[in-house]
Amino acid sequence: MAKYECVFIARQDISATQAEALTDKYSEIIESNGGTVAKRESWGLRTLAYRIRKNRKGHYTLLNLDTPSEAVKEMERIMRIDEDVLRYLTIRVDELEEEPSAMLRSRGGRDDRRGGRDRDDRRGGRDRDDRRGGRDRDGGATDSKPTTDSKPTTDGKPTTDKAVATDASAEKGGDK
Amino acid sequence: MSQTTGRPARRPFFRRRKSCPFSGPNAQKIDYKNTKLLQRFVSERGKIVPSRITAVSAKRQRELAKAIKRARFLALLPYVLK
Repeated sequence: MAKYECVFIARQDISATQAEALTDKYSEIIESNGGTVAKRESWGLRTLAYRIRKNRKGHYTLLNLDTPSEAVKEMERIMRIDEDVLRYLTIRVDELEEEPSAMLRSRGGRDDRRGGRDRDDRRGGRDRDDRRGGRDRDGGATDSKPTTDSKPTTDGKPTTDKAVATDASAEKGGDK
Repeated sequence: MSQTTGRPARRPFFRRRKSCPFSGPNAQKIDYKNTKLLQRFVSERGKIVPSRITAVSAKRQRELAKAIKRARFLALLPYVLK
C-alpha cells in the first residue's frame, strides 16, 4: 500500500466538533476501502491567505494515510461533492511523518526556547537520512528514523553535535 | 556543491558565495506545511525569490518552488500580496 498525506480545509461556519466528525467520516471511508489512517492532525481554525468561496477562515485537517489508491480516489470523489470541504490536497510521500507536522511544531515551539535548538538538530539528522535513502551513519543505527529521533534527547548534547557535524562533512565529500 | 560552482574569481567585488540553506548538518526539511520556513523565500509581494539571491541550490530550489505552490493552493501562503 502507498503512503499519502491529505490536507483538507473545511468551511468556516461549521463548528470544531463538526469538523472532527468530517474527519471521522473520511477516516471511515479510507478504512472501509482497506486502508489505515496513520495519523490525524487538526490544525484548528486558521485564517486563509485568500478567500475561498467567500470564506476567510477554514478548519485545517491533516491525515496521514497508508492505503490503496482506490480508497484515496473514493475519498477525493466524496470530498469534491461535499460542500463543507473547500480544498483538499493529497500527495504521495515516501515516508510518513510520525511526530507532529511543522504546523503544530511551530505553534508549540514558540513557548519553549530550549526545544527549538534540539528540534533543529533532530530534523537535520533525519533529513539527511531520508535524502540518501536511509544510509545509517549515525553510529550503526539499524532503522534510521526512530533512533535519530531519540538520540539528541538521550545522549549528551556535545557528543551528538559533533557526530552530526563530522557525519555531514563526510556526506558532502562523498557527494561530488 | 554550490560553493565552488559559478564564481568568477577576478571580480573586483569579491563576495564569498553563501552555501545552500537546505544542505548541511542542521538544515530544515522543505515541507509545504512549514509556512514559517517558506515565508523566508517569497518576496513581499508573494513571489518566489530567485535562487541567485537566496543561494538555494538548483535542486532544492525546484523542491522549494513545489512546496510554495502547494502551500499556496492550500491558502497557507498567498498568491499575491498587495
